[in-house]
Amino acid sequence: MRPALCFLGGARPRPRVHPKNESSTTMSLHVSQNTPARGVLGRMLALALAVFALCLASLPAQAQATGGLGLVVERASGSLLVVDQSERTSIGRITGLGDLSHASLVYSPNEQFAYVFGRDGGLTKVDILAQTIVKRVMQAGNSIGGAISDDGRLVAVSNYEPGGVRVFDADTLEMVADIPTGSKTVGLVDILGSRFAFSLWDKGETWIADLSGKTPQIIRIKGMGTNPYDALVTGDGRTYIVGLFGEDHLTALDLWQAHPEPQIILPGYAKERAGLPVYKMPHLEGWALAGQDFVLPAMGQHEVLWVDARSLKETGRTPTHGQPVFAISRPDGRQVWVNFAHPLNDTVQVIDTVTKQVIHQFKPGPGVLHMEFTPRGHEVWLSVRDLGKVVIYDTETFEQLGEIATESPSGIFFTARAHKTGL
Amino acid sequence: MNRLSIILALAATPALAGPDVQALERLVLQDCGSCHGMTLKGGLGPDIRPEAVAHYNRDSLKMVILDGIPGTPMPPWRPLLSEEDAAWIADYLMIGDSK
Repeated sequence: MRPALCFLGGARPRPRVHPKNESSTTMSLHVSQNTPARGVLGRMLALALAVFALCLASLPAQAQATGGLGLVVERASGSLLVVDQSERTSIGRITGLGDLSHASLVYSPNEQFAYVFGRDGGLTKVDILAQTIVKRVMQAGNSIGGAISDDGRLVAVSNYEPGGVRVFDADTLEMVADIPTGSKTVGLVDILGSRFAFSLWDKGETWIADLSGKTPQIIRIKGMGTNPYDALVTGDGRTYIVGLFGEDHLTALDLWQAHPEPQIILPGYAKERAGLPVYKMPHLEGWALAGQDFVLPAMGQHEVLWVDARSLKETGRTPTHGQPVFAISRPDGRQVWVNFAHPLNDTVQVIDTVTKQVIHQFKPGPGVLHMEFTPRGHEVWLSVRDLGKVVIYDTETFEQLGEIATESPSGIFFTARAHKTGL
Repeated sequence: MNRLSIILALAATPALAGPDVQALERLVLQDCGSCHGMTLKGGLGPDIRPEAVAHYNRDSLKMVILDGIPGTPMPPWRPLLSEEDAAWIADYLMIGDSK
C-alpha cells in the first residue's frame, strides 16, 4: 500500500523515521483501547484501525521527508552518519561500507537512496530512511568517484584499477556497461541525455559517453593536457573544466558544441614561480561558479584563480593561506570558502566574491576535510577529521551554531545535491 | 604493539629523542593515504604496501620520501619531515602492519 492511501485514513506520519516497532507499538495500544466499542460504528472503527495498522506495518520508512537530511562519510570506520540539517543533529548511522577513504556519494532523484563510491571499489546503495544498506557490489579494485544520470536510471563509477568507467542499473546495481579507458579515470560527471563525461589521467583525454541507447556511444576528445587530476561541470551542463597536474593551465570544453574543442584557460598561471609541493590534490566541484566568475584552486601555488564564466579569461587571483583543496562557492555566489592541504588543513578562509578579498579566517580544528552549504547557504557544515566533529557555522556572522560528534568525518553531502547536474 | 617496538628498535638514532611515532603513523595513513589510499594499496599514487616497496632499500625509500619523484605527483616531504622521521616512515612501509 502506498503512503497516500494510508494518509486518507487520517494517519499522520510521525515526524521522524524508525520505528517500524515504535509505530506498531503505538497502534496496538490504540486498538486495544478501542476494541470495546460496540455496534456498526465500533466495527467500522476497528476495521479502519486494522487497515491503518496494516498501512503502518507496510511503510516502515516512507513517513519522513528527506529534503533536510544528509550523510557524512566516516572514512576510517566505513560508515555513514545520517544527519538532520534543521535539527543540526545526527539521527542514525549506516555501517558496513568498507574503505571509505576518499569516498563520495550521489543521491537518487527522490532523495531516498544514496550511492556511495568507496576507494576500495565498493559501490553501495543505501536507503537513508530505513538507514540500511540496500545492495553492495565490489565493482573494481580501486575507484575514485561516481555520478548518477539525469533520469536517475544509471550510476557510473570511475576507476583507477582497472582504469575506466563502469555503469550500473540504479535499481539493481547490475552492470550495464563497461568502458575501459586504459588509464586512471577521473573527473566523472553527469550531463543531460543520460551522458557522462570523464577524463584520463594517463592519456590527457576527455571522453563523453552517451548511454541513452543500447550500447554506449563515445566521443573522445584528445589534447586536454598532461595528467588531468579532476574536473567539474557547471550546473547548466555546459562548461567542463579539467584541472591538470602536468600543465601550467586548465582546460575547458563547451559541451553545448557538437564537437567540443579543448580551450586552454589560465595559461601560465604559475609562470616563473616555483611550484610548491602539493601534499594533497585539489578538488574541482560543481560549486565553482561564484557570481559571473569561476573560482578555481591553483596547483602548487597558495592562491585561488578567478575566470570569467563566459569568456574564460582570467579576472583575478586571491592569495590564500595555503594550497587550496576545495574552493566552494556559497549557493548564492557571494562568498567562497576555501580549505587547505596538509599541514595547513586546520584553517578556513572566506573570500568575498565582489572584492575578491579574504574577509574571514579561522581555525575550526585539525584536519578540515570538507565543507557543505545548506541548500540556500545560510549555514556551512565543516568536517574536522581530527576533532571527530562536524562543526556548523552561520555564513553571515561566522558564529558557531552547533556541532555533531562523528568518527573521522570527511565528505558531507546534503540531499539537495539530488537535483543538481554535476553533483 | 609488537610492530611499533620492532620499528623503534630499528630507528637510526635511539639515543636522541625518537620521532613522534603516533603523529608519523597518522601522517602515513591520513596524508600519504590521500594519494596512496588509507590502506596504502594505491590510488592516484601506487601501492606502497610492503611487497610493493620491497625493491627499495631503506635509504633509497627515505630519499624518495624526502625529495619526492620529480615529474610525478610525489612531493618532497623534506620541508615537513626530518631525516629521522623519513627513516621511520621507510621502515614502517617496508615492515608493514603486522596486526
